[in-house]
Amino acid sequence: MRFRGQCDYKMVALMNGKNGSVPLNGKMNGMHNKTNGFSKNGSVHKSHTTIDEGWKKDYWESFEETPLLAAIFTYICYGLVVLIGHIRDFMNNMGLLKVNTSLEPRIPGFVPLFSTWESFYTRHVFRRVSDVLCKPVGGVPAARMDLVYRETHDYGWTYELNKDRIDTVLNMGSYNYLGFSENKGPCKDNAARVTKDYGISTFGSRQELGILDIHKQLDDLVAEFLGVEAAITVPMGFATNSMNMPCLVSKGCLILSDELNHASLVLGSRLTGATIKTFKHNNMQSLEKRLRDAVIHGKPRTHRPWKKILIVVEGVYSMEGSIVKLPEIIRLKKLYKAYLYLDEAHSIGAMGPRGRGVVDYFGLDPKEIDIMMGTFTKSFGSAGGYIGGSKRLINHLRVNSHVSVYAPTMPPPIAQQVITSMTIIMGKDGTNEGKKRIQQLKWNCRYFRRNLHERGYIIYGNKDSPVVPLLLFMPTKLAAFSRECVRRGLGVVVVGFPATPITKTRARFCLSAAHTKADIDEALKIIEEVGDLIRLRYSKMPVPSFSEKDIELVE
Amino acid sequence: MMAIIPATWDMYDMLQAVIQAPTYHLIFEALLIILIVKLVFSKAYAPDKTILTEKEKDELIEEWKPEPLVPDTPDDHPLLRSMENNIITGRPDKIMTINGKSVINMASMNFLGMLGDESIEVAAQKALSKYGVGSCGPRGFYGTMDVHLELEDRLAKFMQAEEAILYSYGFATIASAIPAYSKRGDVIFVDEGVCFAIQKGLVASRSVIKYFKHNDMADLERLCLEQQKEDKKLPKKAKVTRRFLVVEGLYAKHGDICPLPKLVELKWKYKLRIFIEESFSFGVLGDNGRGVTEHFNIKLDEVDLVAACLENAVGGAGGFCCGKKYIVDHQRLSGLGYCFSASLPPMLASGAIQSLNIIENDQSLFSRLHQKSEKIHKELSKIEGMRVMGDKVAPIKHLSLAEPSDDRSLDNRTIEKITQEASQAFGALAILILLWECLNFAMERGLALTPARYLEHEEHQLPPPSIRIAVNVKLTEDEIAKCMDIIADSCHAVLGKS
Repeated sequence: MRFRGQCDYKMVALMNGKNGSVPLNGKMNGMHNKTNGFSKNGSVHKSHTTIDEGWKKDYWESFEETPLLAAIFTYICYGLVVLIGHIRDFMNNMGLLKVNTSLEPRIPGFVPLFSTWESFYTRHVFRRVSDVLCKPVGGVPAARMDLVYRETHDYGWTYELNKDRIDTVLNMGSYNYLGFSENKGPCKDNAARVTKDYGISTFGSRQELGILDIHKQLDDLVAEFLGVEAAITVPMGFATNSMNMPCLVSKGCLILSDELNHASLVLGSRLTGATIKTFKHNNMQSLEKRLRDAVIHGKPRTHRPWKKILIVVEGVYSMEGSIVKLPEIIRLKKLYKAYLYLDEAHSIGAMGPRGRGVVDYFGLDPKEIDIMMGTFTKSFGSAGGYIGGSKRLINHLRVNSHVSVYAPTMPPPIAQQVITSMTIIMGKDGTNEGKKRIQQLKWNCRYFRRNLHERGYIIYGNKDSPVVPLLLFMPTKLAAFSRECVRRGLGVVVVGFPATPITKTRARFCLSAAHTKADIDEALKIIEEVGDLIRLRYSKMPVPSFSEKDIELVE
Repeated sequence: MMAIIPATWDMYDMLQAVIQAPTYHLIFEALLIILIVKLVFSKAYAPDKTILTEKEKDELIEEWKPEPLVPDTPDDHPLLRSMENNIITGRPDKIMTINGKSVINMASMNFLGMLGDESIEVAAQKALSKYGVGSCGPRGFYGTMDVHLELEDRLAKFMQAEEAILYSYGFATIASAIPAYSKRGDVIFVDEGVCFAIQKGLVASRSVIKYFKHNDMADLERLCLEQQKEDKKLPKKAKVTRRFLVVEGLYAKHGDICPLPKLVELKWKYKLRIFIEESFSFGVLGDNGRGVTEHFNIKLDEVDLVAACLENAVGGAGGFCCGKKYIVDHQRLSGLGYCFSASLPPMLASGAIQSLNIIENDQSLFSRLHQKSEKIHKELSKIEGMRVMGDKVAPIKHLSLAEPSDDRSLDNRTIEKITQEASQAFGALAILILLWECLNFAMERGLALTPARYLEHEEHQLPPPSIRIAVNVKLTEDEIAKCMDIIADSCHAVLGKS
């Protein structure tokens, strides 16, 4: 342990020297010390001398710390908003303000439906920035999209659509990684044909005569794409996690979950009835400590061994832009005989030389992962999700999963969209269109990220991740950034508390293969303009040395 | 000073002694005092703390054998076989093709025949050429299309509610809605016959769940009174404990309707917030298909939240909740399945809007549906050895084996024999196999039926095994007559045989 800790430390130091990043390590080094303390003789490492650690050379992530001044101002900002909220509430109670109709009325005898703080946050914090969220789109969310103008006459309580005014903006908000969100071309044509032949609904679950021939075709294709024995598909990505996890683990099992896992994984874990423990985001020392403790000490109080341990991680984290350290997790999983649930919602299609997710990105064998989960919403421009794995696993899910029994199967045109786009990615359509998109996306990610780093913004995440978060810190900047960007023709997503920690409010860009270099340059220009306007150049880190030059574009 | 301490010279002597005593003596006494304090406050025994050596730890890791991830499911599992054998080619319409054989479909919950309607497909295709297939984002992040807003608006207007909220999957609708309101410590009264989605929502809410007997209002009132007593004991806690009542409009598992007028009465009496899951009653009950509230002629305002899926009568995908604005809007930040899931594909939203157009314009649609449901109910009741569960106007019927003691003509030994043959773990499944024989028999003669499937170990309350029959309003009289003959023949053949 000590050896590896030091090795990591050196590597980080090396990268600091080389790239000047501060990748998670302020905290991580602290962790090393602890882990060093708990296993001194390092006998655990017998087995991992053979592990190839080559992946670390090409793994670069940065999470620059929040500057102190920005943190202070952020707290002041929230404090001010809360203070004004209280003043407004006071005036409301005194009858000085007009009471809004969408507030909860007091019904005698009934306990209020919402807690005080919850409704306070909605009324006084969220409402103020509600115009930057849920912006209605009036067309296909491709490289560019049409935003339908909406106006509010009551300070964000209600909105009215004005269908006559459409703003076309560059789209860096949709999860359209491979650009398959299209309203023309083979995807659309096939979906239209299937709509005509099959209709848009199936009316039955898998076990109640809901399987159409198109579903069987889809299941088989997904299994082939992933390189696993079998796969099962579900009409909703969220439900893929929340409805299948309860069939895998139960009471008496342990789930080790990354602290930043998606809500669907959290809910799915909760529904299993198993004990849930979290480990620090993408921190292998933290995971190993948890695993080791779990195996050695067993269940709390009784100390009986756990029935099984399931590690739950995501491929690409959509709020951080980080990529899971999969080779290391697989090493740990084998060492401690745990099972691995990998959610590839944001990585399938978007990562790896063949677009087959983080497994492909690290050049690993998909059979090493027990449960491969992913969604069709993002890269495939469709909806739904899948679980892939051994035949034994999928047979079990087909018979016992909540989805197979209680929920209808995928609407045929939605299934067809996946089939068409997946065929293109696999090159089965006889063109190199898929390869072209994969390379373009990769190039776009590097180019865009490098340019943002060069402009001195604090950017989170891995150099190859298609999700690029830019730190804004203050809630006021969140609103200003989004409004100013949209005004200049760039649609971005901004996320603040409670979806992120208080001081880590951010804007998030999602790159797409549909973006051209000109598009990205335009976006960069807008970001620079707005960034200067609201002062976002917080970074003190030297510019990293990676570049997009080693990525070959396919013509 | 003198008055307080009478024996002055003793005190003085003591002070003198302390001052004159050597330092080591003072230190010694101080240590003694500390020891006494420690002995007084420490536990009588020290808990056993085993400290494992690294070698022992490694051995423990070496020794631990986890259970396999999933139990083995053989390839010839009856359910797997049935799923592989019953694949539908093309659309699951009124007449559909299974394994190359054309059959009448009484399995799909296509109550209003929306699947066969061309105008819906045209609307969907039109949306397809405008929006593409996927929405590529959750509602908050550019996943809100104008059609979603339009559909929400239309649903709210149709249901005569202030606001509606659209989910992308029917199951996730009620399962997300319940935990959005009911938190740890709150109390939920719920009918024990509710569907699986509600059960999952209840688990996710981590509230106190109180099940009352299916459609038994006396039992519900008993629970309410119990709660009232408890509240009187702990008035402080009662002040922050929200109370909910969750029921289904038309129970998917039983096919019967909830006694809404009585429920509303109890709601006001015991201050409960009532949530109705209307997946099977929306677009089914009532003269205009507005569901159970219209069926009983009760204003929607009396009910706090209505949730329904768009996957049955409407023939689309997704689900929605509707009610007062202040209630529904809360889900836009707290409904997990709403916030954290990609929105409904716009083409499906367009299809649902067209479905609503049809529902709103066809005045006689629902009376036709109710009439056919009643007719089929009557016909099914005539079948010997079988029992029809549910309300006669419900388009979903559960046909189960009648109680053996009720009906002598049923050969008990047949079921026993088959039950024994199947492994014990699949005891209930064996009865299903018997039903499947009926189904296969029916299929051969040109009628597709499905057993109602449940996860037997996970359901709160398991209804008896049954064949689930769905009524399609587009079935003609001849077709109905033919179907009923086939069902009766199949049942007789299987139950009478051996």
